[in-house]
Amino acid sequence: MPLEMPLLTLEARATPSASAAWLSPLLALTLTAITGAAIFLVMGKSPGIALYIYFIEPLTSWSGLSEVLVKAGPLILIGVGLSIGFRAGIWNIGAEGQFIAGALLGSAPAIFFYESANPLILPLMMLLGILGGMGWAAIPAVLKTRFNANEILVSLMLVYVAELLLIHLVQGPWRNPQGWGFPGTRMFPDAALLPVLFSGYRIHLGTIIAIVLPLLVWFALAKTQFGFQIKVFGSAPLAARHAGIGEKRMIWVTLMIGGGLAGLAGVIEASSTIGQLVPKISPGYGFTAIIVAFLGRLHPVGALLAGIAIAVTYIGGEGAQISAGLPKAVTGLFQGIILFYLLAFDLLTRYRLTRITISKSAT
Amino acid sequence: MTELIIASIMTIMTAATPLIFAATGELICEKSGVLNLGVEGMMLIGAVFGFAAVTVTGAPVLGVFAGALAGIFASLIFGFLTLSLLSNQVATGLALTIFGTGLSALFGLEYVGKTIEQIEPIHIPLLTDLPIVGRILFGHDPLIYLAIAILGLTAWFLRRTRAGMVLRAVGDSDYSAHAIGYPVIAIRYAAVAFGGAMAGLGGAYLSLAYTPLWAENMSAGRGWIALALVVFASWRPSRVLLGAMLFGGITILQLNAQAAGFGIPASYMSMLPYIATIVVLVLISRDSTRIRLNAPACLGRAFRAER
Amino acid sequence: MIPALLELRGIQKIFPGCIANDDIDLTIAPGEIHALLGENGAGKSTLVKMIYGVLRPDQGEILWRGESIQIDNPASARALGIGMVFQHFSLFESMTTLENVALALPAQNLDLLRVQLEKTANEYGLKLHPDRYVYDLSMGERQRIEIVRCLLQDPKLLILDEPTSVLTPQESDVLFETLRKLVAEGRSILYISHKLEEVRALCGQATILRGGKRVDNCVPVEETAQSLAEKMIGRRVEPIQDRETPMSTQKRLVVSNLSKRSDELHGTDIQDVTFTVHAGEILGIAGIAGNGQTELMAALTGETGPPQSGSIEIENQDATAMAPMDRRQLGAVFVPEERIGQAAVSNLSLIQNSFLTSGKRMGFISAGIIDWSAVDAYTGHILDRFDVRATGRDALASSLSGGNLQKFIVGREILQTPQLIVVSQPTWGVDAGAAAAIHEQIQGLVANGAAALVISQDLDEIFGLCDQIAVISQGNLSTPRPAAEITTEAVGLLMGASNHASGDALANA
Repeated sequence: MPLEMPLLTLEARATPSASAAWLSPLLALTLTAITGAAIFLVMGKSPGIALYIYFIEPLTSWSGLSEVLVKAGPLILIGVGLSIGFRAGIWNIGAEGQFIAGALLGSAPAIFFYESANPLILPLMMLLGILGGMGWAAIPAVLKTRFNANEILVSLMLVYVAELLLIHLVQGPWRNPQGWGFPGTRMFPDAALLPVLFSGYRIHLGTIIAIVLPLLVWFALAKTQFGFQIKVFGSAPLAARHAGIGEKRMIWVTLMIGGGLAGLAGVIEASSTIGQLVPKISPGYGFTAIIVAFLGRLHPVGALLAGIAIAVTYIGGEGAQISAGLPKAVTGLFQGIILFYLLAFDLLTRYRLTRITISKSAT
Repeated sequence: MTELIIASIMTIMTAATPLIFAATGELICEKSGVLNLGVEGMMLIGAVFGFAAVTVTGAPVLGVFAGALAGIFASLIFGFLTLSLLSNQVATGLALTIFGTGLSALFGLEYVGKTIEQIEPIHIPLLTDLPIVGRILFGHDPLIYLAIAILGLTAWFLRRTRAGMVLRAVGDSDYSAHAIGYPVIAIRYAAVAFGGAMAGLGGAYLSLAYTPLWAENMSAGRGWIALALVVFASWRPSRVLLGAMLFGGITILQLNAQAAGFGIPASYMSMLPYIATIVVLVLISRDSTRIRLNAPACLGRAFRAER
Repeated sequence: MIPALLELRGIQKIFPGCIANDDIDLTIAPGEIHALLGENGAGKSTLVKMIYGVLRPDQGEILWRGESIQIDNPASARALGIGMVFQHFSLFESMTTLENVALALPAQNLDLLRVQLEKTANEYGLKLHPDRYVYDLSMGERQRIEIVRCLLQDPKLLILDEPTSVLTPQESDVLFETLRKLVAEGRSILYISHKLEEVRALCGQATILRGGKRVDNCVPVEETAQSLAEKMIGRRVEPIQDRETPMSTQKRLVVSNLSKRSDELHGTDIQDVTFTVHAGEILGIAGIAGNGQTELMAALTGETGPPQSGSIEIENQDATAMAPMDRRQLGAVFVPEERIGQAAVSNLSLIQNSFLTSGKRMGFISAGIIDWSAVDAYTGHILDRFDVRATGRDALASSLSGGNLQKFIVGREILQTPQLIVVSQPTWGVDAGAAAAIHEQIQGLVANGAAALVISQDLDEIFGLCDQIAVISQGNLSTPRPAAEITTEAVGLLMGASNHASGDALANA
C-alpha cells in the first residue's frame, strides 16, 4: 500500500527573492514584538501597554520623533559604515571602540581650547573625529593585512582598550578642574557644539548628516566601480582576485570607511547632545549598529530605516523605564531577538519552503 | 617569598579556569567545523543562571548544572539557526552574544547585589598540608579540577577515540563525511551543545567561585579571549592550558601591579589582557601556513546535505 | 537462472528545476564490468548516488540479488556489499591514509587495520603508506586509498565514478589490471565513464544515459567508438577540425624560467617554467590535476602577485610584475579553471559578470562611474554570438548549466578581441555541443592571428586542438614539442614523471 508522506523541505531558489529580502526585516520586527509581549506577560506587565510604550509612543509626539532621530543618528552613521564592510566580508565588530576613539580625538580641540569661539573649531573636530575612528580601525587593518590576524577579535579587543582609555582620560588628565571631582571633561564651548535646528527640539546638524549620508552612499555603491568591487569581493574573493581587485586594498578601504564613520558618529555625539566627554559616552551604539546593518540588509538606505526603527526601541525603552518601571535591559534582549529572527528569515530569501510528497511502499 | 609564589599560582589558576572551560568547548565546536562567536553571550547566560540557581537552592552543585544547561540552551539557538536554517555563522554568533548580554542583564536584575557562599577550595587532610606542593596540587576549588579533567578528556577524545576521529573528519570535509554516511548535522549539533555547556560552566565559575556575585557584563570579554585562545592553541587542547595560564598570569600581574602602585594608571594596567590577546593573535597568525594547517578546513562554512 | 546482483527498475529522481533521472532500468550480473555511459549532466552521478544511499530515489525500485530493498544511507549500502570510489574523492585531507580508511569501516583496532590495509594493498598491487597525510598524496594515490578502503569491506559491487580522469594512461592500465582481477574473483563493477575506448576495452555491458533517460543497452565490443558516441550524444559527432597552422615568428607570450611558490596550503610550486606562444599557434599543456596548473594560471594572470623569479612577456612587454588588469590591457585574456567563484560570481547577474573582467578593456568605466547600459548591450552580444541559453541578461550566473556558463565566460573574453587567450580546462564537465562550440571559437580566434594557451587534463582535447604540446608534472614543464611528433604514450610518461630531467629523458627516448 503506498503511503503518502507530506514533508516540508527547503528548495534553493534560482534567484534570491527580492520581496523576501525586504519582508524578512518586517517579519523579524513583528515577531520580536510578539515575543516581547510574551516576555512582558511573564514579567507581570500588561503586554499591550508595554508594547505601546516601546514601539508606538515615541512616534506620537514631535519631541518623541525628534528624540528618535537624534538617537538614530549615530546608529545610522555606524550602521552604514558597517554594512559596507560586512558586504565585503570584513567583520569589523569594534565600531564601539572606533566611536570612542573618534569622540576622544575629535573632542581634543574643544577641551584644549575651551574658551575658543573660532568657527573653524567645529570642522576641525569633525575631521579629527573621522581620523580618530580611522586610526583605531587602522590597527586591525594593519594587523590583518600584515600579519593575517583575525579582524573580529582584534577590533573587539580594542573596544575594551578604548573604553579604558576614555575612562582614564576623563578621570585623570582631561578631567574638568571645576567638576567637583566627577569624571568628565569641561563642557565644550558653544563654537564647538553642533547647531540645533529647531529651538525646543534636540535635532542638530549631525542628525541631518546621518540622514543624508546613506543616500549618497547608496548612489556611490550602485553606480561606481568601487561599489561593484565591494560586492564581488564579499561574494567571491577568488573572483575578485582574478579580476584584479586587491584584497589588502579592500580590507583597508572598508575598515577606513567603517572606522571613519564610527569616529564621526562619536565626535558628533560628544559635540551635540552631551557637550563634553563622560565615561559612558555610548550606550553601546557600536554594537547595536551591527544589528542596524543586518536589519537594513547591508544596504545604506536600509541602515537608515533600521537605525530609526532601533532608535524607537531605545527611546521606548527609556520611556518604559520611567512610566512602567520596565528595566532598560529589555532593550538589549529585544535587539538580540530581532537579529535571531532576521537571520532565521534570511533563509527564505535563499530557499523556498515546499511541500513534497514521498511515496513509500509500506510493508 | 614562597608564600607569594604559591599564592600567585593559586590565583593564576582561578583566573585561568573560566578560560579553560570556554576555550575547550569552543575548540570542540570548531573542530567539528562550526565557528561560534557567541561564547561571551553564553558565558554571561551561564553566569547568571548559575548564580540564580544557587541563590534559590543554596546548592553550588545545582548552580554548576544550571550554568551548563543554560549554556546548552543558548548554544542550541545558535545551532538551530546555523545548522538547520543555514544562517551565517559569524552573524549568528554575534547575535548570540548580543542576546546573551541582554538576557543576562534582564534576568540578573533581581540578583544584583546579592551574595552567595563562594565555592571553597578543597582540603584533604595531610595532602593539602604538604609543604609547597600541597596547596598547589590539592588546594584548589573542585571546579578547577573539573576544568583540567575535561581538558584532558578532550585531548584524549580527539586523539584516541573513534568518535573524536569522526568529529575531526566532519570538520575537515563535511561533504566527504556525508558521502561516507556520517550524520554531519547531528554531530555538529552535539559539538555546538558541548561548546555551550562549557561556556556556561565557565560563566558559572565566574559568578560562583571567582567572584561570588552577579554583575552585568561580568565576563568582561573573557568569551572573546577564549576564542582567541583557540587560535593561539592551534586547535590543540594541550596548548589551551598553556594559553589560559598565560592569561591568568597577565590578569594577576595586572592586579598585583595595581596594588603595588607602580605609578602606572589603573586603566592602563586593565588594558593588559586585551592588548596581550592582540599581541598573541599577531604572533600566532603571522605564520599563516600553520594556522591553515591546523584550522579545521570547513570552519565557518554552512553545510546542507542534498537528499 | 542466477538472479542479477543489482537491478534498478523505473528509478526517478527530481531536483528543483530538472529531472535528473527518469524511469531508469539497469541490471548488473555477478562478475560483470558494467559501463554506465553518458555525457556530463546525463544523470550518471545522480543514479549511482542512489545506489550508494547518498541520495534517495523519488520513485522506482532497487533489487539486490532479486530482493526489493531500500538503501537509506551509505552505511547500509556498504553492509549490503556495495562500495564506491567517488570522482571527487570523499577523503579527509588533514588525516592520514589509515584514518581515512578506518573512517569508512566499522569501528576497529587501528593496529590490526594497518596490517589488513597493507595486506590488501599488496594483494592487488595498490601501493599505499598508511601514515602519510592525504594532502601530500598525488591524485593516483588518493584513488588507491578509496579503492583499498572499498576492498577491505569485501564488496560484491564496486562503483567507480570516472576513475581514469585523474590518471595517466599508464596508471589507467594498472587500474584496469586490478579491476579485471576483482571481476575474476566474482565481484561486479559499475564503471562510470564518458571515455569510449576504455569502455570498449574493459566493459562487458553498457547502459547509456542521455538527458536523464536510459537510451540504450549494448555490448561495447560490438560497437565502435563512433557508434557509442552517437548513442551517448544523440547525434553524429564531428571530431575537432584540423586547421592549417600559419607560420609566424611573432611572439605573443614568452615565459622564461618562471618560478612561483603556491599560496595554497597544499599546492604545487611552479619551477623554472619556460615556453613561448606565437601568433596563430595553440600551445597545449597536458597534465593531471594538481600538478601546478592552477598555480601556473595564477602566475600568468598575475592574481597571486609577481613570481619569485623568471619573467613573463605579453606582446613583447614585460608583464612580470603587472597587476591582472594591466596584463589584460596588453591584450591578454584569461579563462580560469573554476567557473563559479573565480571566473564568474554565482549570485551576480550575467550583466555584472560581463563587467567583471571586461570593464577596463572595453571602456565601460568613466571617472569611476560604470556605464551599465553599455555593459548590458555587451552582454546581449555575448549571449547571441555564443548561443548562451539563459533566461535573460539579468539571470544569475548560478542559474546557467555548466556548458552554458562556460560559453558565456569564453565569449566574454573572446569578444574583447584579445591577442592572447589563456584557457584552463576549457571543456571540463561541459556537454559535447558546448565543447565543440568552445573549441571552434578558440580556433577562430587563433586563425585571426591571436595566440592561445590551453591547459587541459583531457588528452583528446590536447591532441585535437593544439599545435604544440608540453606536459606539466609536479610544477615542472616539459619542453613543448609539435603535436605531430609526440605520442599519447610519451605524454602519458611525462604526466607521471617525477621531475624535469627524467621527464625529458623519457620523451627523448
